[in-house]
Amino acid sequence: MSKIKAENVNVYYGSKQALFDVSIDIAEKEVTALIGPSGCGKSTFLRCLNRMNDVIEICRVEGSIKMDNLELNSRKLDVVRLRENVGMVFQKPNPFPKTIYENVAYGPTIHGIAQSKEEMDQIVETSLKKAALWNEVKDRLDEIGTGLSGGQQQRLCIARAISVSPEVILMDEPCSALDPIATAQIEELIDDLKKEVTIVIVTHSMSQAARVSQKTGFFHLGKLIEFGPTDKIFKNPDNQQTQDYITGRFG
Amino acid sequence: MNLILVTFIILLAFTSYYFGRKKALVIQSSQRLTALPKFYGYYLAAWCAAPALIIFALWSVFEPSIVKTFILQDYTDQNLTKNELQLIYTKVKALAAGTYTGNITNFLDESANKYIQLKGIANSAKVAIILAILIFSLSFAYRSVQKNDRMREPVEIFLKWVLFVASLGAVLVTIGIVFSLLFEAIRFFQAVKIFDFIFGTHWYPAKTFVRDGQPDPELMKDAFGAVPLFAGTFFIAFIAMCVAIPIGLLSGIYLSEYAGRGIRKYAKPIIEILAGIPTVVYGFFAALTVGPFVKEIGNAMGLQVSAESALAAGAVMGVMIIPFISSLSDDVMTAVPQNLRDGSYAMGATKSETVKKVIFPAALPGIVGSILLAVSRAVGETMIVVMASGLAANLTMNPLESTSTITAQIVVILIGDQQFGDPKTQSAFALGISLFIVTLLLNVIALSVVKKYREKYE
Repeated sequence: MSKIKAENVNVYYGSKQALFDVSIDIAEKEVTALIGPSGCGKSTFLRCLNRMNDVIEICRVEGSIKMDNLELNSRKLDVVRLRENVGMVFQKPNPFPKTIYENVAYGPTIHGIAQSKEEMDQIVETSLKKAALWNEVKDRLDEIGTGLSGGQQQRLCIARAISVSPEVILMDEPCSALDPIATAQIEELIDDLKKEVTIVIVTHSMSQAARVSQKTGFFHLGKLIEFGPTDKIFKNPDNQQTQDYITGRFG
Repeated sequence: MNLILVTFIILLAFTSYYFGRKKALVIQSSQRLTALPKFYGYYLAAWCAAPALIIFALWSVFEPSIVKTFILQDYTDQNLTKNELQLIYTKVKALAAGTYTGNITNFLDESANKYIQLKGIANSAKVAIILAILIFSLSFAYRSVQKNDRMREPVEIFLKWVLFVASLGAVLVTIGIVFSLLFEAIRFFQAVKIFDFIFGTHWYPAKTFVRDGQPDPELMKDAFGAVPLFAGTFFIAFIAMCVAIPIGLLSGIYLSEYAGRGIRKYAKPIIEILAGIPTVVYGFFAALTVGPFVKEIGNAMGLQVSAESALAAGAVMGVMIIPFISSLSDDVMTAVPQNLRDGSYAMGATKSETVKKVIFPAALPGIVGSILLAVSRAVGETMIVVMASGLAANLTMNPLESTSTITAQIVVILIGDQQFGDPKTQSAFALGISLFIVTLLLNVIALSVVKKYREKYE
């Protein structure tokens, strides 16, 4: 079932066009991977899905992006509600310089989700458990989040993202700053999470895309070259450029 | 004479630079150079200028006292005091320069002739020695250029020493200032008990003035109580911070988080221009505009307001400090990594929530540092207080009355006629050193807070 449907999305940074007529259907409770060489527009597209491009002054988005029939690319959209529903995990782990507890409680606090201290404790515990971090930090929830290791920080960011029970999580190269063991932990986590949420992941690692995703989209020079089931993209792509990229001939 | 000599040395150094570079190009044709040709030039120029200039400087420092010793040798049998000898030497110098107008005794005339003679010998000797050194050091350096010795290391070592001497100079001057403050302050504390100074509540140094002899110790006891000055200083600084912190912080937040690129481009320099306005301009603004304005408003409300109120001085000082706080806090908030902002926005936080819960707490140590720096500036500010806040050291917490500060009192004490040995004059040094200690402490705290903040992200 389709969760997000993008049609003819064009993005401009000032006068420079970064995305050309991208149309894509993202299925519910699946992992969709976006791959492609650096600067191909995959992160730009990802940031359209939770309107993070609003932060960039010179950025302009055209086209239609619908999530459950709600138009995302509209002035009238309540961005705060959207981002409550669409969480994001960034390339570089970015926990706030606050305690581990406060990091996870940040979203529920600003959205007024928890009614009491007990409820908040419960949310923090569940989120950290889902992010597979609970056992490592349960005795030091009042320590500063930035003091954790890189992999732990990234899992803390995932816990922060899932604390408000979003329907979609966007991940922008979540493992590129991590070592292989931490990467494996995150990938395992993605596998668990997809039972409940729709995940869109941008990655530079083709093996990672092959391991975690069900659908893969290949971007090149701002265009979506090919989109389809991961198996097909990696084993038998329709497009020659995709073939070349997958086999490492460029990019 | 000295000017010609120094100019000659410097010109010669420039010439030897070009000569050395040229020589290197000649050497290049037959063998491999040890460094770039310009290093040969630097090497020659350094050897030309450095020894000659060092000797010149030393000579200039020691020559006068040596000449003085020679002149005053003739007077040793007259049992004169140090001050009298100094007076004679001044007379001799004036006579030699032709500006002496008093009685000319034979003895004095003789000394003046001797002085002129000695000066002449010294000058010729100086020129001769420096020329000799130039020839010696240049020929030494030229020989090693000819031998194509290593050039890069000596030049680098030379530069290191030049930089070292420059920073040593800066440090020594600072230490010298602190010590001169300290010594005068110690002399002051021999006349006035340190306890009376720190805890006394009356500041009225003029009352210790007596035409002859020593002032009455009982009077001294009650004239140099610094409490009203410290109280006034911190009170006015407090009023200033009440103005500067809210406006500065809010405008800093606006500039770093809300202002668009276009607004920021113009607003920030304009705010920083406020910091460039001379404080004396703020001073007459406070004295002639704000002071009377505050008085009128107060009178209209039926309050007793002095025309030179602490409120007027503090408020204007606050305006002066706004750019420090807004500019520094803007800088530290802008320095908060963008990915923290992204993280907060991506959670659905609004701009004000992001500022309040992420940016401000993350930047807080830096902001505290900037505020402490601003406080130390407010405490040391002089001109505004002298002009707008009156000079009577009242011990008051009423912002509508006039009060005085440490800096203003130092000005009052040191302008006009003063006797150097007088405790009244020396009290300025005691005030100076206590002000120095206060601002030093504030700066140390501010810097350590800022440093802690730096460690947080790196």
